[in-house]
Amino acid sequence: MRAPGGPEVAVGDVLLSVENVSLSFGGVKAVSDVSFDIRKGEIRAIIGPNGAGKTSMLNIINGFYQPQQGRITFKGEARSKMRPHDAAHGGIARTFQNVALFRGMTALDNLMAGRTLKMHKNFFWQLLRFGPAMAEEVEHRHRIEEIIDFLKIQNIRRTPVAQLPYGLQKRLELGRALAMEPDLLLLDEPMAGMNLEEKEDMSRFVLDVNNHFGTTIALIEHDMGVVMDLSDRVVVLDHGIKIADGTPDEVKSNQSVIDAYLGVAH
Amino acid sequence: MFYRETGQFKTTYRADQAVFPILQDRLGIAIILALAFAGVPLLASEFAISSFFIPVLVFSLAAIGLNLLTGYTGLLSLGTGAFMGVGAYGCYKLATWFPGVNILILILASGFVSAAVGVVFGLPSLRIKGFYLAVATLAAQFFLSWCFVRIPWLVNYNISGAIEVPTRTLFGIPVTGPNATATTRYLVALSIVVLMTWLASNLVRGRFGRMWMAVRDMDLAAELIGIRLYRTKLLSFAVSSYFCGVAGAMMVFLWFGSSEADTFNINQSFFILFMVIIGGLGSLVGSFFGAIFIWGTPIMLKAVPPLFGLTIPAATVEHLTFMILGALIIFFLIVEPHGLARLWQIGKQKLRVWPFPY
Amino acid sequence: MDLLYKIFLDPFVQMGSAPDLLVQTLWEGLVSGVLYALIALGFVLIFKASGVFNFAQGIMVVFAALTLVGLHAMLRQWGVSSGTVAAYLALALTVAVMFGLAFAIERLVLRPLVNQPDIILFMATFGMTYFLIGLGELVFGGEPKLMITDDLHLPRGAIDVKMFGGFVSFQKLDIAAALIASVMVAVLAVFFQKTRIGRALRAVADSHKAALSVGISLEQIWVVVWFAAGIVALVTGIMWGARSDVSFALEVVALKALPVLILGGFTSIPGAIVGGIIIGVGEKLGEFYWGPLIGSGIESWLAYVIALVFLLFRPQGLFGERIIERI
Repeated sequence: MRAPGGPEVAVGDVLLSVENVSLSFGGVKAVSDVSFDIRKGEIRAIIGPNGAGKTSMLNIINGFYQPQQGRITFKGEARSKMRPHDAAHGGIARTFQNVALFRGMTALDNLMAGRTLKMHKNFFWQLLRFGPAMAEEVEHRHRIEEIIDFLKIQNIRRTPVAQLPYGLQKRLELGRALAMEPDLLLLDEPMAGMNLEEKEDMSRFVLDVNNHFGTTIALIEHDMGVVMDLSDRVVVLDHGIKIADGTPDEVKSNQSVIDAYLGVAH
Repeated sequence: MFYRETGQFKTTYRADQAVFPILQDRLGIAIILALAFAGVPLLASEFAISSFFIPVLVFSLAAIGLNLLTGYTGLLSLGTGAFMGVGAYGCYKLATWFPGVNILILILASGFVSAAVGVVFGLPSLRIKGFYLAVATLAAQFFLSWCFVRIPWLVNYNISGAIEVPTRTLFGIPVTGPNATATTRYLVALSIVVLMTWLASNLVRGRFGRMWMAVRDMDLAAELIGIRLYRTKLLSFAVSSYFCGVAGAMMVFLWFGSSEADTFNINQSFFILFMVIIGGLGSLVGSFFGAIFIWGTPIMLKAVPPLFGLTIPAATVEHLTFMILGALIIFFLIVEPHGLARLWQIGKQKLRVWPFPY
Repeated sequence: MDLLYKIFLDPFVQMGSAPDLLVQTLWEGLVSGVLYALIALGFVLIFKASGVFNFAQGIMVVFAALTLVGLHAMLRQWGVSSGTVAAYLALALTVAVMFGLAFAIERLVLRPLVNQPDIILFMATFGMTYFLIGLGELVFGGEPKLMITDDLHLPRGAIDVKMFGGFVSFQKLDIAAALIASVMVAVLAVFFQKTRIGRALRAVADSHKAALSVGISLEQIWVVVWFAAGIVALVTGIMWGARSDVSFALEVVALKALPVLILGGFTSIPGAIVGGIIIGVGEKLGEFYWGPLIGSGIESWLAYVIALVFLLFRPQGLFGERIIERI
């Protein structure tokens, strides 16, 4: 799966890089001068103690926060400000820590909402519905059903989201992100609040998305086991600063990382 | 036992996404349409049509309009009355300028005037949300109300300050003005409402409905999916105002036959809002329920006590209506925020499993 | 060109040429602004403590005034001979009625809706508004009534001050209103900041759940606050009714406070005052100096347009807190 537009990026090349990015809210510095890159096809973990700025980092990447300094380069195009709409158009999708599904809609509607960018039939055809608009709906329904099969959520199609258990909601949110056919998928604590079985299921899904669809993944995760098993490379943040960057093994044995997690006084 | 999906398998997505996927629903809507188009004109008195059925049609359409904006897109609007008024006055001016054009076309065209005004008053939604936006719509309501009174050009400089609806015909039969019978007006109104409900239904089940609901449910997430918030909100204002405008034109041309300067005031806006709340936010069928309920309650209050030998003076009926409406709003918000439409859904659910309890 | 002169220069010229008129207009605006501010104050009280936008605040003002006047009439009918005694007795009874109202609201509306989103509570106050209108008109009749100014011994007459070559007339009642309003505001501000209950109120405004977890009784707090708002409404109703009459003109009373709140923010008592004064003065100046240009009656919407313009530049109002949305 590949989002249309943008230059072809070969496997292994840098898909997205952030350079010297800083972000403050009022007096609080959430992110200070952070630089790292994400290579196409890899699974990149962003880890760190609470308050390290991980979610802020994701929010910067997909345009929700505008950093005061620094640049984001995505698919070769550098920009100092990314807007959510640009990110979505460019092929970045994400999930959220506190599931951000559309609670007034059914699961199927949520997934179809993910196809919004790909649906083009204009207002006039939508008014009539029969004809081109219907054909478009059906076509996208086919694609959605592939995702439904992949995530095994057939039986909750028509269930209103508010009635779904937490684990299924998180899975559905992943589905909605997948529906965008993203090049880069940002996952914010996809395993949060899950038991062991659910974590294994979700890990399996994440790996499958990466292997079968070739989607590059950046994920924030607290469960070290998951991080070590899933990711190709890891970047560690602490108090908004990058303190380590490398393979899971390298990072695991890095002293500053250990200190950060154990809370050694700076 | 009778109301079931079993045995009705859909083999295409197209069939699965139809408006009425269940056979019983399709039968039901066919019966309702038959009753509406044939039953009412044949069986109901002119008085009943004039005082109940036509008003309910007008208010249902306005409620659908408001529902699109508030129920589906989550933008609370207190300016419904004003937008209806724009449609009414717009239609009157169009009828004055184009006396030869079919009145149906003019009624439908007046919606566009209302839509344009609606977009203008929706412009603040770029920066303003929620309660504050509601207050901005209040600005629209009061400003436009003032315009309706203060701009004599709108009523063609009529001294009384009111619109007097000219006679217009369709296939030679008068449909507006003093010579039009209630039945004729009713059928015209019904056709318009059926058509526009169908259009609204198509919109909300498709891409735009999802975009609006996404904006309502979590606009930040909607943005990150690629939905352009501002355009989506403005479109919602436009479409909603279109429906309200047509409803307003219908109100003056097909119901009252005239209008007073004060017809489209703030109370009208609240009236329609109550219909939407009680009927069910985010439900098209709820708009109809709400209109029937709120229009019907004062009628019941006037009609029922004499059956028991009690008479209630008209002013008291009005006071009681306010009290009952107010209490009902609170009641519904507590007990069933999704209104009568949800109760209807629950009822259908019970029908599915009848005669078993669950 | 002529039009531009008319809009942008002439009104100011007029203001300058008759400064006594200007002062008079400013004073009128100030007084009506103070009354708006009082209604807004009731809003702010309730919002600070229960997070509810009480759309019915304006109606509570009218309801309180109606009850007062109605009870007074009933007492006179039942034979209370002295008007003053009847007035103060009615006052006491009205206070009791407002308490009962606060209690009923807490029980029947607030408690069942305790964790619902704000917009639901807001809509519930619409319901309350219409219910109170219906009830008030049912019990006391719908025709406008006169406020019992004399029997309450409110000051009458005016003080005319020679100023700027003319006269400026200050109604004693208006002066009294401004004074009473100031006193009330001061008392409330101190109450919120310094007392234990005030602190509890602020805690509840921040988070119902957190307040519950430290042992604050939400129900008691809400009754207190809605009762306080009811008292504010009563005082406002007396002042308002004394200046015009007592009737349910929904537009004027209930809704004018909303632009005030937009300017002043929903949680700021000083904001309500400043907002009220800005709206009151702005409205009066606009109506008097620009009104003849545009048409009469622009005060029905001018306040909203002023508020709207403010909103476009400062979406959170003058005093409101910036809302930072986190995801």
